[in-house]
Formats: sequence, C-alpha cells, structure tokens
Amino acid sequence: MAILADKNSRVLVQGITGGEGSFHTPRMIEYGTNVVAGVTPGKGGSTWQPEGVANPVPVFDTVEDAVEETGADASVIFVPKRFAPDAVMEAADSGIEVIVAISDGIPINDMVKVYSFMQHTMTTLIGPNCPGLVSVDECKLGIMPNHIFKPGPVGVISRSGTLTYEVVNQLSEGGLGQTTCIGVGGDPIIGTSFLELLMEFEQDSATECVVIVGEIGGSDEEDAAEFIPEMSKPVVAFISGRTAPPGKRMGHAGAIVSGGKGTAESKIKAFEAANTPVADTVPDIVRLCKESLGK
Amino acid sequence: MKIHEYQAKDVFAKYGIPVPPGKVAFSADEVESVAQELGGKVVVKAQVQVGGRGKAGGIKLADSPEDARAKGEQILGMDIKGLPVEKVLVTKAIDIRDEYYVGITLDRDARMLVLIVSAAGGVDIEEVARETPEKIAKVHIDPLVGLQEYQITRAIFGSGVDITKARDIRAIIRKLYECYIAIDGSLAEINPLVVTTDGEVIALDAKINIDDNALFRQPELEKLMEVGADMDAIEAEARHKGIAYVHLSDGNVGVMGNGAGLVMTTMDVVSRAGGKPNNFLDIGGAATPKVVEDAFHLILLDPNVNGIFLNVFGGIVRCDVVAEGMIKAYEKLPRKVPVVLRMTGTNEDIARKMLEGTPLVYESSTETGAAKIVEMLGGQS
Repeated sequence: MAILADKNSRVLVQGITGGEGSFHTPRMIEYGTNVVAGVTPGKGGSTWQPEGVANPVPVFDTVEDAVEETGADASVIFVPKRFAPDAVMEAADSGIEVIVAISDGIPINDMVKVYSFMQHTMTTLIGPNCPGLVSVDECKLGIMPNHIFKPGPVGVISRSGTLTYEVVNQLSEGGLGQTTCIGVGGDPIIGTSFLELLMEFEQDSATECVVIVGEIGGSDEEDAAEFIPEMSKPVVAFISGRTAPPGKRMGHAGAIVSGGKGTAESKIKAFEAANTPVADTVPDIVRLCKESLGK
Repeated sequence: MKIHEYQAKDVFAKYGIPVPPGKVAFSADEVESVAQELGGKVVVKAQVQVGGRGKAGGIKLADSPEDARAKGEQILGMDIKGLPVEKVLVTKAIDIRDEYYVGITLDRDARMLVLIVSAAGGVDIEEVARETPEKIAKVHIDPLVGLQEYQITRAIFGSGVDITKARDIRAIIRKLYECYIAIDGSLAEINPLVVTTDGEVIALDAKINIDDNALFRQPELEKLMEVGADMDAIEAEARHKGIAYVHLSDGNVGVMGNGAGLVMTTMDVVSRAGGKPNNFLDIGGAATPKVVEDAFHLILLDPNVNGIFLNVFGGIVRCDVVAEGMIKAYEKLPRKVPVVLRMTGTNEDIARKMLEGTPLVYESSTETGAAKIVEMLGGQS
C-alpha cells in the first residue's frame, strides 16, 4: 500500500522530450513506473523511445488527448517555468488525479493563481520545485535516486531534496523501509501541505509511522502539528535551519524567517506541544522512529 | 529584488498614484540644484535598500537650497547598517495631517494576496500588527477573481482612516493592486500614505519588492537591479557567480554542500558540535570542479573562516568525480585551511581512497564530519 500513486498509476510525462524529461523518464520507467504517455505540443502522433527503454511511449499534443487515448491518471511535469503553471492547470482540467510539478523558478503570483484554480478541481498537486514522490517498489513520479528506497512501514514528507534522500537512505540502512516518500517542494506556495499528507498517511494501512522533515519559513509544520494528536500513528519531526539568521533566504525561496514568523523554535514548540519527538540530527530520526515503532 | 524609493515612486507615478515632486541626486551640487528647482522646504532622503533610514539620520529636512546642500553632504557617504549611501532623493516637504498605511503582499499562510490598510501609518507595520492589531484591516485577494470594490470598502472602513478621504484612498488602492500585479510584485507598500493639511492624499514613501522568479518577464524592472545593494561584498560576488550563498559573518567554519536543506542541516550540526558556521553555500546539483573551486574561493574571502566542511549527498552525482574536483580545487586555494569532506553515494569507496594522502580529511557522516572540523580548529568557536 502507498498514498497518492502506486503500481496501477498510469503516468503521463509533460515535457517528456525536453532535457529534464528525457533524462528522468527512463529512470522512472526503470523503477517500475507505468509511463503510458508523454505530452509535447507539436510532437503529437510521434513516439519517444530513448536507449534502454523497452517500449516506445506515445507522445500527444495535449493532456486531454493523452488522457483520452491512454487513460493516464497521474502526471509529472518537467516543462520550463514559463509554461509550468499552464501545464499544471491543463493537467488538472483534463482530469489527472495526481500532478507532480518538478519545475522550479515559477513566479509566485502565478502559483497563487494556480493554487486557487486547484481548489476548484479534485486534483492533488505536489510541488512545484520538488523532487517528487516514490511509492516504494511501485512507482516513482519525480527525480529521487532509485536505489535509496526500501519497502517498509515509514511514510516520509519533506520540504527538501538531498536532505530527503539523506533521511530515506539512513532509514533504509537502519532497517526501516518506507511506504511513500514525498518532497512537497521548497517554494512559498505549494500545491499540497504537510497537513494534507499526514491525513493521507493516517488513512493508509501500510504506514505505521510518519517522518516530517521540515525547515524554517511559513507555518506548514505548525499546521501539521495540530493534527497529530488526532492521529492513530506516531510522527517523528525534524527541523532544518535552526542556525539560519532572520531575513535571509536559505536557498529555498520558502526558507526564510521574516517578521518573526517561521522560526525553528516555533515549529519545534508546536511539535512538542503535540507530544511529537523532534530529532536533533538525521541519525536521531532513525532512532526515534524505531522507538515509536517499538523496535 | 528590491528597488529604491525613488524608483518605486516612479513606478507608482506611472500607475497614477500621487507622489510628492522630487528627483534623485548623486552629489551635494545636484541636491542643491534639485532643491532650487522644487523651491521652498525640501526633504533629503538616503536611498539605501534597508529599513530604519530615518532613525539612522538618513532623512533630513532642509529650509533652503543651501541648507539642502549641507544636509546632502552629511547624508551622502553615510553608512547605514553596512550599506554606503551613494544617492539621495530630494522631495518637496509636505505638511502632514494624518499618516496611514496601505500595502499589498503575499500572505503565504493563506496562499492568497492580502491588502492591508491601517490608520496607524509611518511606523513599523509589523509592530502595529503585534501590539494594536485592531488598528489594522486585512482582506485576502483571490487573484483569479481580483480585488473587488466591497473588499476595498471593508478594508477602508475597518482601518480607522478618515472616511471623508475614502474616495481618494480607494482610487489609490485600486491603482496599487493594478501595479502589484503588472510588475510581479511581492510587496507594494505606501508607508506613510499621508493626508496633507490641504486635504490631499499622497504616497510619502514607496516600497516595492519584485519577485525574482518573474524577472524574466519584467525586463524594464530588471534593469534597475543593483547587485549588492542589499547584500555584503561576498554575497554580491556569489550572486555574480550564480552561487547560492548567505553570509553569517562571524563564524569560523565555512559550510558547503549540495541542496539547500542539507546545507542548512549541516550548519545546524556544526553548531551543535561547538563550531560556528560562517556561511550557507549550496553547490547545487552540478558539483563540477569549477563550481567547487569558485565555492572554496568565496568562502575563504572571509578571513574569519579557518576551516571548511563540505557535505555531499551523491544521489546521482558520482563521488569519485566530486573528489577529483575537490583535490584540484584545494591545490589552487589562496589560503590552505583544514577541509573535511563527507560524501555518500555512488563510488564512495573509490573517492575515499583518492582522498588518502591528501590534506582533505574524509568522514563518513555529517555528525562525525562536523565534530572533526571543530576538533581540527582546536574546538574554539
């Protein structure tokens, strides 16, 4: 079991013939993802088959055509920032259930619009500016390295890229496999927050424990913490950026403490108030997960 | 991207928001001639991209062109919070009756834009929000629908401003929203918006921040970018090189790695180990020898740095390639300081062997790596 996407997901890649798309799609296929279609306007009717990919992937001009012809229900978006907001809305409007937007550098005002648009659809948007999601041994929608994952009972949600890989890698090495691992994205406006994903994990029977890898900025961690007391399964939290100075953006556009909001202290306090252990280091995350699972 | 007050006022004027007449000046001579042109009393305002100019003595009233010249001499060349004053805005002095606040920005938590209006203007709005939240009216704007008239009404009537001026304030708010959207703002703020003793409503100050991600479609505004105007010399150098770098100044340990979250975490771990991180530096996904070399040089520009900790998670990056880059980069360092390298990923073992016999110390975890660099620096911080 997993959340959002699994081995039955029929995956579409928007921007499949571009640089990022053509690099990462073979790796998604290698992971076992059922990639059924690609979309590149102007290349509809052709097929895409790079070296090492067994079956040619049909390419369509529009998402609507791809959905109609192939029954695609999930999409990964690699298109450049100028076209990404449009690509997200096109996918949602075509009935795609889960969208993962890898694209980074999207203007904030565009994302505010896209977010509002998404509220009028049934679609879940992960990202943008994210590494995507992996449902372990089932499918990968994104760019995470394939080899770090192991099947098991832990759900992982994170705002980072490499830090997520680090956490997953150490969980795997520590004997704790995962159900689904999701990088929600480092931008100030993202499609899906920690809170919504905690709710999903709470419903997933295979997930026995959830790890939240948060960072400074915004209040998504605080919002998620409020829900934890209502959950039946344990959560372990981690906050990156305790030493970051206020007013400075730490790489991620969303990782900034401004106007006294979004501090590490506030987030740690919120988790402690929810009786959720906060790990000081990544190895600590593994230890606390084991404790919470009684291992 | 931030722009200066005089530039923001030009933008506001373009959208029909009334601003006091004025002009930017780069020398005391120019200050005097602008003051002459404007006639009467003028205000000389330092143009630096930092708050608290008034308190720092960067804003002064002048009675005559000669006086303006003297005030200009005092302000030009001042240092305000580490930023040198290279230009001043000279504007006509306004007789103020009331000071209000009007601003539009992103409310990240609400995932919408927000219009903020307050009768308590001319002071730090965040302080007003903390101490007297009842003096602030906020309305959220769904950008798909746009700012509606009833929302402006709600904001104006909820803010405590002089209702006899509602018509003028409403017009300004409409124009401010139009401007915010058109310029891809992340902040458009008038603080204070004043009612003069003659009953006019004027934007006495102007603050605009533009979303960096949108600069590709704002070529006119991008031209106003002054790299370094709101950052120190090393940060400006990093910006030129296209490297994500944030200076923390007084630390002794230079920190670099791949990925923002991992670098932030590395800083936290160095700090826990008793060291003091000097910077944040993300080498990104392409850990090429060139990028690594540039990164080393940047970090060493601060003489306080006497050791460097490099933390790489090599998902699809090959560790041996990174190690080779590190060894080459180290040879070219202007100042040889202890370097600890922690890597995990493909070809980790080969990388470890390559580093043997070099001055670069290999450690297998973030925690031991941080402890090692702190130990090598004598445990001091």
